[in-house]
Amino acid sequence: MTFASRSIVAGHRRAFSFLLVAILLLVTLTARAAVDTFEFANDEQQHRFRTLSNEFRCPMCQNTNLTGSGGGVAEDLRREIYLMIVDGKTDDEIKEFMFERYGNFIFYRPRLTIQTILLWFGPLVFLLLGGWLVIGIIRRARSRVQPETALDEAEQERLRKLLKKVEN
Amino acid sequence: MIPELGHFSLILAFCLCALLGTLPLIGASTGNRLWIGLARPLAAGVFVFLTLSLAILAYSFVTDDFSVSFVAQHSNSMLPTRYKFTAVWGGHEGSFLFWTWMLGGWMLAVSIFSRAMPDDFVARVLGVMGIIGAGYTMFMVMTSNPFDRVLPMSPADGADLNSALQDFGFIIHPPSLYMGYVGFSVVFSFAIAALLSGRLDSAWARWSRPWANAAWAILTIGIALGSWWAYYELGWGGWWAWDPVENPPMINWLLGTALIHSLAVTEKRGVFKSWTVLLAIMAFAASLLGTFITRSGLLTSVHAFASDPTRGIYILGFLGFVIGGSLVLFALRAPLMKSEFGFAAVSREVFLLANNIILVVASAAILLGTLYPMVYQAVSGGELISVGPPYFNTVFVPLMMILVVFLVMGSISRWKKTSVSYLKKQLGIVAIAAVSLGLILPLVVTMEFSFGASIAAALGLWVIFGIVQDVRIKISNKRSVGVGLKSLAVSYIGMQIAHLGFATILLGASLTSFYSVEKSVLLSPGESMELGKYSFAFEGTEHLSGPNFQGERATFQVAENGEFMRTLHPEKRLYTASMTPSTEMAIDAGFWRDLFITLGDERESGAWSMTMYVKPFVRWVWLGAILMALGGVVAVTDKRYRRLKVKTLAATKAVDLANAAKNYQPASN
Amino acid sequence: MSRLKLFIPVVVFVALALMLWRGLYLDPRTLPSVLINKPLPEFSLPTVESGDTLMSKADLPKEPFLLNVWGSYCLPCLQENPILMQAAEDNLVPIIGINYRDKPNLAQMWLADNGSPFEYSVLDESGRLGIDLGVYGAPETFVIDGNGVIRYKHIGAIDYKAWQDEIMPAIAAVKAESLN
Repeated sequence: MTFASRSIVAGHRRAFSFLLVAILLLVTLTARAAVDTFEFANDEQQHRFRTLSNEFRCPMCQNTNLTGSGGGVAEDLRREIYLMIVDGKTDDEIKEFMFERYGNFIFYRPRLTIQTILLWFGPLVFLLLGGWLVIGIIRRARSRVQPETALDEAEQERLRKLLKKVEN
Repeated sequence: MIPELGHFSLILAFCLCALLGTLPLIGASTGNRLWIGLARPLAAGVFVFLTLSLAILAYSFVTDDFSVSFVAQHSNSMLPTRYKFTAVWGGHEGSFLFWTWMLGGWMLAVSIFSRAMPDDFVARVLGVMGIIGAGYTMFMVMTSNPFDRVLPMSPADGADLNSALQDFGFIIHPPSLYMGYVGFSVVFSFAIAALLSGRLDSAWARWSRPWANAAWAILTIGIALGSWWAYYELGWGGWWAWDPVENPPMINWLLGTALIHSLAVTEKRGVFKSWTVLLAIMAFAASLLGTFITRSGLLTSVHAFASDPTRGIYILGFLGFVIGGSLVLFALRAPLMKSEFGFAAVSREVFLLANNIILVVASAAILLGTLYPMVYQAVSGGELISVGPPYFNTVFVPLMMILVVFLVMGSISRWKKTSVSYLKKQLGIVAIAAVSLGLILPLVVTMEFSFGASIAAALGLWVIFGIVQDVRIKISNKRSVGVGLKSLAVSYIGMQIAHLGFATILLGASLTSFYSVEKSVLLSPGESMELGKYSFAFEGTEHLSGPNFQGERATFQVAENGEFMRTLHPEKRLYTASMTPSTEMAIDAGFWRDLFITLGDERESGAWSMTMYVKPFVRWVWLGAILMALGGVVAVTDKRYRRLKVKTLAATKAVDLANAAKNYQPASN
Repeated sequence: MSRLKLFIPVVVFVALALMLWRGLYLDPRTLPSVLINKPLPEFSLPTVESGDTLMSKADLPKEPFLLNVWGSYCLPCLQENPILMQAAEDNLVPIIGINYRDKPNLAQMWLADNGSPFEYSVLDESGRLGIDLGVYGAPETFVIDGNGVIRYKHIGAIDYKAWQDEIMPAIAAVKAESLN
């Protein structure tokens, strides 16, 4: 028999939950710029590090990436990313490392799976729906257009030139 | 005693809101002039009691009354006085009272600046705002009373305001954001009043435009201030995180932008009537959704207040009632709003329609991304995923690029019908100039080709050159450029300023993402490092004592191309009451680029870890926002003001005549 | 637009509101473990009790046991200490500690001051073992079966209710398995 993974924050005594929240808050509120002093062999590695650190989520913070997170596990994870880059691992290998330990939660760029197809293609679907709506509205509007009494562009151009002559 | 007065005042405000939300509305449908006439005084009364309530809360903070639970949680005797004031909105209960007070402010403004509208319509507008106010005040009285006391054992001192909030940004960002956010309840109320009254001609659009524009402009500033604050507070150069609490105001802003454009079409052309009403409802729904997300614990965010499902249920119920009710009313009344006029497939109406669709699609996409983790968790039985900036940027940026292309085409085209050849003739040259300069400029300035930067530059120039071209066409038949510029309508100038602002943001946001650089080092006093054409010489630190913190203040000599430019002083602080550290970065702000230094930690050797950043064009993001807001405000000052002046003049004349008639004594005897 | 189409916004809104309502009862903050039913990672670390001896995965108990992540800086760890001490006294299961991102001397002092429910605690100063376990902050407690496989994870301090309702049943289930 196996257990579903239910990890629930304990703390039913008010004082205790307040403490826990206070500590979590303390931890997350000190989440400021992370200043690491890692040495990279070249700019490309530095750039890879920064991109990865931006795109991974800090597991213990209230919605911050690894870059913007001050202490604790975020610091350790950045160190691991650095070591892996220097060790020659590819971006995919580094992402796999993170996924094995923290799951999909750690990716700010959700992986494209069957469960996230709606997420990634939703906007496109919305856009197509919108386009279809526009076409429908235009069709109806065109049928309401009254006979042309206003001047068209060529005539307006002529009018403008005439006015210029008159005003000068 | 005094906090209880504040509580009582809040309850009174609720009662007045309840009256406002019923009597004038009933009066408007039955023609009861007395009840209609109650609207303005009731609105004023609501404002008075909300102001009293808020003032008392502020008073409790300033006098260190820690028997009030909210004050004890968010203040401290050592807190500087200006932050004691702003701590009023430093937590859920107080900030909600502040939010509601903003609603009262807008109610008062509507009751004052509405003389040009029929009284029964104004009664309906204020009535709807009264319903909203009743909901907000009842929420506070039932679940979030800022005046709850901690008696008899009041704390001797408070827990202090969160150190991140002891900052100038916190003084200005929430007020402006809330003012704009809440402001959309006005145009919403106008839309509902229009639906209720059956007065669905374009008059309601004309009346509500200034209110929509004002709320939109203020919201633009509010969001921009939040972004600017995050930038210098967080210390790593980020200025927009697509956080679940940041996203609703952005959705509100996008829908608001669509709304102000749609209102323009409805007023001028009498089309899109039902669509505009729907947009007004959706924009306000975004505002309520933001309140819900921030205060219910639904989503994880650095901005969220402490969560409480009871509050969430209440807000959701209110949301359901107000928005659900409005949408049902819309469905029932919309068929009455038939467009009389048509337009061709290529016309200004169509480009503005495209603008609307893109903005609504962008809003829907952001909403999708924001709520997806929650839906995923519910459906998958507990698994968590994250949707962050990489997703939102991937989806949002292309949509904005398409929008920019249509922007120029829309502002040059004519209402009802524009020929494609005309567009090609006027814009062809603009497109060519934009694309070629877009390709060349980045290459010339940086000696490196960047595809992304070129596209961004081309789009930005497309807008700028498009504006120049449009102005040129408009003044082409005038005697001189000077005369021509003076002849431009104020609303037109406002539009172009706002569009220029939009282009500026686009350029700033994209170029800074391509060209920003940073470097982290460990420096001992006396050492220096280089980044680009700048060099930073670290001179050391000195101890720093503040009113409620201790810290270290570092000194750096910054040189550009070898020549001394200025000194910078980043700090590292520890707030003593809460024992939380914080970093104050030192910024050298500039039009073309920002430079800044963030301190890390001091090592045993006396060396400090630190990061230097050079961020070109980042300031354009906020300058662009200011331009957009300015444009929006300028556009409003156009006819409305003149009409008001005319009205006042007419009214004064009428009064004069009446007095003259009263005093007239026919020559007799 | 046909009249029915006008009701689409209401329908969409109601669907959205229902989703939001459902969402209120979810907890988005605690990160469930993805390592359930995966084997413990390999490690080789000194212990708090003896700085020289290195313990590894092979040295762990061959019966179901608790693995508790703690630190001397961690207040909730102090809160749950009595419960763990009681469990150790009652000899219910072996409890092994992971001293996470801490200093050895501070850890020793903490154990001396408060009592140690642990058979021993490995020193994870760098936090690397924590990363391999998907830890994001002390305290966290794992239920490990006799084969070194992770079977349950509890995040946060264990209070009496959590002990009764979650930990004990988890241990019982794992023990029952090994009997079959």
